[in-house]
Amino acid sequence: MAYTVRRPNLTFWEKLYIPNIIAGLLITLKHLKKMLNGETKVIMQYPEEKWDSQLPEYYRGAPTLVKDDHDRERCVSCQLCEFICPPRAITITPGELTSESKFAKVEKAPKEFLIDMTRCIYCGLCEEVCPEQAIYLRKDYAITGENRAEMVHDKVKLYELGGVMHGLVHKWNPDK
Amino acid sequence: MSTEVPLLNVQIDGVWLQFPKGTRVIEACSKAGKFIPRYCYHPKLSAPGNCRMCMVELGMPKMGPDRKPIIGSDGRPEIAWIPRPQISCAQDIAEGMAVRTDSPMVQECRKGVMEFLLINHPLDCPICDQAGECRLQEFSVEYGQSSSRFLERKVKKPKNVELGPRVTLDAERCVLCSRCIRFMKEVAQDDVLGFVDRGGFSTIACHPDKTLESNYSLNTVDICPVGALTSTDFRFKMRVWFLKETKTIDVNDGLGCNIIIGSREGRIYRITPRENNDVNSNWIPDSHRLNFKYLHDESRLTFPMVSGKRSSWAEALTQAVNSIKASGNLAMVVSARLTNEELYLAKVLAIALGITLWDVLPRIGEPDGILIPADRNPNTSGAQILGLAGSEPGRQLPKIAEGIRDGSIKGVLSIGEDLTKCGLSPVDLGKLKSLVVVDLLPNATTAAASVLLPGSGWAEKRGSMVNIKGRLQRLNKAVDAPGEARDDWEILNDLATASGSALSLHSIEDVFRAMAQDTPTFAGLNLSKIGDLGLQLDPKPVAAVSSTATV
Repeated sequence: MAYTVRRPNLTFWEKLYIPNIIAGLLITLKHLKKMLNGETKVIMQYPEEKWDSQLPEYYRGAPTLVKDDHDRERCVSCQLCEFICPPRAITITPGELTSESKFAKVEKAPKEFLIDMTRCIYCGLCEEVCPEQAIYLRKDYAITGENRAEMVHDKVKLYELGGVMHGLVHKWNPDK
Repeated sequence: MSTEVPLLNVQIDGVWLQFPKGTRVIEACSKAGKFIPRYCYHPKLSAPGNCRMCMVELGMPKMGPDRKPIIGSDGRPEIAWIPRPQISCAQDIAEGMAVRTDSPMVQECRKGVMEFLLINHPLDCPICDQAGECRLQEFSVEYGQSSSRFLERKVKKPKNVELGPRVTLDAERCVLCSRCIRFMKEVAQDDVLGFVDRGGFSTIACHPDKTLESNYSLNTVDICPVGALTSTDFRFKMRVWFLKETKTIDVNDGLGCNIIIGSREGRIYRITPRENNDVNSNWIPDSHRLNFKYLHDESRLTFPMVSGKRSSWAEALTQAVNSIKASGNLAMVVSARLTNEELYLAKVLAIALGITLWDVLPRIGEPDGILIPADRNPNTSGAQILGLAGSEPGRQLPKIAEGIRDGSIKGVLSIGEDLTKCGLSPVDLGKLKSLVVVDLLPNATTAAASVLLPGSGWAEKRGSMVNIKGRLQRLNKAVDAPGEARDDWEILNDLATASGSALSLHSIEDVFRAMAQDTPTFAGLNLSKIGDLGLQLDPKPVAAVSSTATV
């Protein structure tokens, strides 16, 4: 239902606008003066200069896969991230670990794990949903490539970016 | 009804309802909308009552000194509650019985049972194939605890045990419900499974001299309420929540088991049985459920060919009609694996081309006494109803073969069959002036075809079939046909139109409508009337058409 919003009753000086324009210009001039004196620095020469050291721990960069302290792929290809991924950027081909494998008890590991970085929206739902703490959004944000195929991160690339995540996921420890 | 079953009054959570005598308490509660959690109970198997999950509070009418129920102020009998919980799966209802399905005591029981079941459970849901359709997962959400009070070490049991060629056991996940044992004994009639060891070490095992190799072994995987029994074929292939479920029927024999196809992104991952008490109960033979991989075979025919060269559909269809019309005396071999709609259009096409000699290729095997009948064609009855096969399917085949061999038949339409299985050699096929073939996979006949038209597999099309018991059942489309392959009914319809048929059909529904108009057995029916569970046609549909069967 339509209803009427009352407009503010402006005074004569307010209707002129000129005092407000002058006030704004004064603020601009104040900043110009500070800049000329070298008190503030507003330009960063990206990409030679970066703010990477300032990124907070919770920064959401590119999703990556991690291995545990024993060099085990944490991912067991449960495909929950593939399911939850809003832009459907993740494609997993599940695979089976052979009985010769050191981690045969885990039985399952991804045969292939693809994340299409042209689709990824860095939402972090994959990290949140992962029951194995295998997928983490690290701090890489400048993901570039010369063609679409390069923008698809495969398993090798994902482990390269992810590295090792310490802290045990006790579940698969055969002695536990 | 001649054998009237008396109705008994039962109070379920305070509401009085009536159920036929002989109903189990657990079923009565389900019918009343009160689902009772269960592991060991399965409606098609005996009830051993060993999981203790379905416990409820039961009560019986209070009896007065005259052994008559004491009637309360509401006109109903007063209830004397049994002071301890009872299992509801092995208990039949009785007159005046009362059930509490969700009382504090019942809730407490379920929580207790869940805690015990999870003591040794490995909690490996992320890798378990059952995750997503697991009773243990579901009930642990309702009655489980978020943390374990169990401080001791969990009992280790064998994992990844091959019980048979198609079934893999993970003993740690087993809740010892014994459904698989009872299924093998009672339904598959091959009593190979049993419990061994005691207490916490108790586990499922095969008889030492045997393996679980019955052709019904994979049904144990379906009824396993947890992820203990897994299909070796489906194991770790795809998570079940991704699978699109398509209700359709199996086409490996004349029974037409009702099934669900689980597919994702155009690929079939598994087939599971669908309950239909008039056809296959809850079961399906392993040989049938695993026979879908040829649909994704690399060698599938994906484009039309004229004289062995790739061509466009328009050209191939024109060529097919022209060459077959120009060849002379004609015959047609159709497959009894085609749907009614396709068979109907095949007949329309045959009539438009003036073909009078046709038949289907019969497939007869040994019946297994459980589900598989002798007839291994899924739609022999349909072919008979539509007049494409006589009361003795395949009777015309020797005549067709003879005609091809002696040169009196110059052109043949083969729809979904390999003619070399009809007593012809590739050399004989070479004598034909025109051989138009519709098929899925390459064989000797497709190699000799003058025009080859790639069709669709049974999971790639809609349609209907009639099983050996005269039940009209429906096929539904789960995945797309590969490449340029088209729906068989479209191919046949285009061929018929190009051959001069005046029928104007634009959808599978149109085809069924036209078929129902021409066929008394299908009069008044349409595809949606068939429903998911099929429709029993008037008995003896075959006798009605035997007089109008093939020439």
